[in-house]
Amino acid sequence: MGLAIVASAFVGPADLSFYGVLSTLLSKIPFLGVHSTLSANGASIVWQIRMPRIVLGGLVGAMLAVAGATYQGVFQNPLADPYLLGVAAGAGLGATVAVEFVKNSSSWPVSPVPAAAFCGGVLAAGFTFVLGRSGGRYRAGATLVLAGVAVAAFFTAIQTYAQQRETQTLQQTYSWILGGLSTASWQQVQIVVPYIALSCLVLVMYRRILDVMSVGDEEADSLGIRAQRVRTVTVLFATLGTAAAVSMSGLIGFVGIIIPHTLRLIAGSSYRRILPLSLLYGAAFLILADLVARTIASPAEIPLGVITAFFGAPFFLVVLRQSQRSS
Amino acid sequence: MSVEIRNLSVTLGDNEVVSDLSTNIGVGGWLGLIGPNGAGKSTVLRAIVGTVDYRGTIVISGAVLDQQDRRMSARTVAYVPQRPQLPLLMSVRDYVMLGRTPYLSIFASESRHDLNIVDEVLERLVLGNLRHRALGEVSGGEAQRAVLGRALVQAAPILLMDEPTTGLDLGHQEQVLELTDELRHERNLTVVCAMHDLTVAAQFCDKLTLIDRGRVVMSGEVREVLSPERISKHFGASVAIIDNPEVGLIVAPQRRKR
Repeated sequence: MGLAIVASAFVGPADLSFYGVLSTLLSKIPFLGVHSTLSANGASIVWQIRMPRIVLGGLVGAMLAVAGATYQGVFQNPLADPYLLGVAAGAGLGATVAVEFVKNSSSWPVSPVPAAAFCGGVLAAGFTFVLGRSGGRYRAGATLVLAGVAVAAFFTAIQTYAQQRETQTLQQTYSWILGGLSTASWQQVQIVVPYIALSCLVLVMYRRILDVMSVGDEEADSLGIRAQRVRTVTVLFATLGTAAAVSMSGLIGFVGIIIPHTLRLIAGSSYRRILPLSLLYGAAFLILADLVARTIASPAEIPLGVITAFFGAPFFLVVLRQSQRSS
Repeated sequence: MSVEIRNLSVTLGDNEVVSDLSTNIGVGGWLGLIGPNGAGKSTVLRAIVGTVDYRGTIVISGAVLDQQDRRMSARTVAYVPQRPQLPLLMSVRDYVMLGRTPYLSIFASESRHDLNIVDEVLERLVLGNLRHRALGEVSGGEAQRAVLGRALVQAAPILLMDEPTTGLDLGHQEQVLELTDELRHERNLTVVCAMHDLTVAAQFCDKLTLIDRGRVVMSGEVREVLSPERISKHFGASVAIIDNPEVGLIVAPQRRKR
């Protein structure tokens, strides 16, 4: 992860010297007494453009990977991802509505899109929880997943309709859906940090209990935990964190599935290892993916969701093949 | 600890699968629950472990079992399900370690003490060499021993087993049951076990409760409960019971004469 941060801080369209970037970063650490050797413009590129982007990328990547691992654990479904309960569809609808119906949004102090996406995501997941509540004592997980599928389909239908009505904002909506960090700022980081930090902290603390959940609800109950309660708490935090993450980054796919599964192949199936490692590797993966997204076709940017899938999928296949060979 | 079940009834959906069932077993005893398929044996075990709702009372050593306190209940009663859900990628040791869950607060990790208990049980069950092997890579008998290991590290005085030898060959069946019996004597465990093989039940149990359609047909000493007429009536099978001085009672199926 350290490598990813360093690489991302030093590479960009503006040609800044290695020492200049380093001195700018060190100058932000109090009591070191280092002064930036870059011009004010250069220092501001490093500190106001590149760094918030790196931090936001790290937060979003960590959150999506941890949430994905958690969903896979509590639903015992290897294909579960953080968008399982309709967060993505809800956030997509929220963002579409904000893009299309809030006129003159540039005059707003903060862009209304993230807030609308967050509300949409939480609303959709809320619907899923309410609709998926009944299902009997040991069918709760499956019922919740099915409710999520229905809610996601419903929200996506409305979103597609709304998007088709307003063709002039189609591209803006579409580029939000594909995901990206090009508008990252310290203000955005400040807004999402509490949600993501709290969610990740709670989920990582539940790592041992997620191992217990792997024997199924009934046996987990016989081992002294309340499986349904554990699922509700972990899914709530994972969903809240995911909604906060996608509200700023758009719908970046694949991270929530690929990172936990790659780690499973490398570090075994125990959540004691997978959750903390997902945090680190999810962050590193998204920082690097964003570096590629903003440099490969520079000065144009490729949507981050495209990069995560384009590089993530072959990488995952290589790891999969190697692990099969070694076993 | 002794186990006493008083007037237990369980309704699943619209069906009352256990009706007004009472039985008991003393400290260190082995109670066999026998009966045809669908009689309600597994449901009785699930009620004791607290994973189905029931009416009636379960009394453990004179005190009513409080299943609201899940952790305390899991320290009192350990459960070996009939078809355990095995996380195939998990190592044998990590799996057995899950049995320490009732002793850990939700965010705590296992202590050296917990690890020692797990390693001791792994050695006892001859799983020491397989500890790092994934559950999906061990044989059926080894996996079943791992499930028993998980229940044993719970260090609960009451061990519930639901047909623990289903799918095992003769040698592994014997191994699992003999081991359970040894541990019962060592640790003074009280065992309540649903069993389908009546000869095996006769060999291991101190007491049998015959259940049919959710109701107790008879409870008592093995020799009282097992009679050809009763088995014929409730299992729909024709059997001969042979009293062998070395083996004990043998319940042998009898083909109809042509």
